[in-house]
Amino acid sequence: MILSRRKPYVCQEMVELITDYLEGALSRSQRRSFEAHIAGCEHCTEYLKQIRTTIRISGRLREEDLTPAMAEEFSALYERWRLESD
Amino acid sequence: MSLLSHIPVPALHLNVLATFAAVAWQGARSHAEDEDAALLKRLREGDEEAFLALVGRYQGTMLRLARSFVGSGAVAEEVVQDTWLGVLRGIDKFAGRSTFKTWLLRILVNRAKSTGVREDRSIAIGDAGPAVDSARFDDSGAWMAPPEHWVEDSEDRLLAESLAEEIRAALEELPGRQREVVLLRDVDGLTSDEVCDVLDISEGNQRVLLHRGRSRLRQALESELESA
Repeated sequence: MILSRRKPYVCQEMVELITDYLEGALSRSQRRSFEAHIAGCEHCTEYLKQIRTTIRISGRLREEDLTPAMAEEFSALYERWRLESD
Repeated sequence: MSLLSHIPVPALHLNVLATFAAVAWQGARSHAEDEDAALLKRLREGDEEAFLALVGRYQGTMLRLARSFVGSGAVAEEVVQDTWLGVLRGIDKFAGRSTFKTWLLRILVNRAKSTGVREDRSIAIGDAGPAVDSARFDDSGAWMAPPEHWVEDSEDRLLAESLAEEIRAALEELPGRQREVVLLRDVDGLTSDEVCDVLDISEGNQRVLLHRGRSRLRQALESELESA
């Protein structure tokens, strides 16, 4: 069985491949090389953790509620539409 | 014989791991889609409460996306209202070929574009620097100035607010298309298919934009945490 014909990735390539890896867009052999590098490189492992942390922190920016004032505006909008559609 | 039986087990195993997060989202998503469909049905029957519930569900996503296109908060609010008026007027035209969410956000993007967009949208998709400054690697491409350890620090509750602020500011600095992809994917949790549909871009471009955007946000966190 041929394990990998691909030249091993260097760190500088790894940081550019990371999104394709997380998106599941690497070919099987690319993925194998990527994971082999991660397994042996603490710096790239750290980098991958940092990207995952970045994604997680972005997910915290979600809260944005409809304020009562906005809800009132949308009520008025709805009424306007009701009137024009009657 | 099933097709699946031809796929070697290890490959299947890796794919399962890789798509674990996506599947978790999908589970949540189909539930959200069901809720949208139920609200839409009530809206079509003339239920104003259902309308306000739908508005509330998408307010954050729509405002963020509209702001990304038009900049100003006041104009963004107008774009959102204008979108909902368009939705109400076209409610009978929604055939359910896409999800309600992508239909809604596509309308928003069209309205935002016709309202006038910020100047940072002209940067070409491939035109951006490397994910990490090349000076941090040696000639062989190995780390010379490796990433410092700050992931654990970032989990400190006391830092949560300032890091979220840092990300918010860094997002604001991103070129428009990178910002929109990162907003929709990482802030609002849309799938890549949904983002391609909403922004009318190819899967490849979506990935490039996401990559550039995330890499820059990581840099912003790094500068913040290493200086702390």
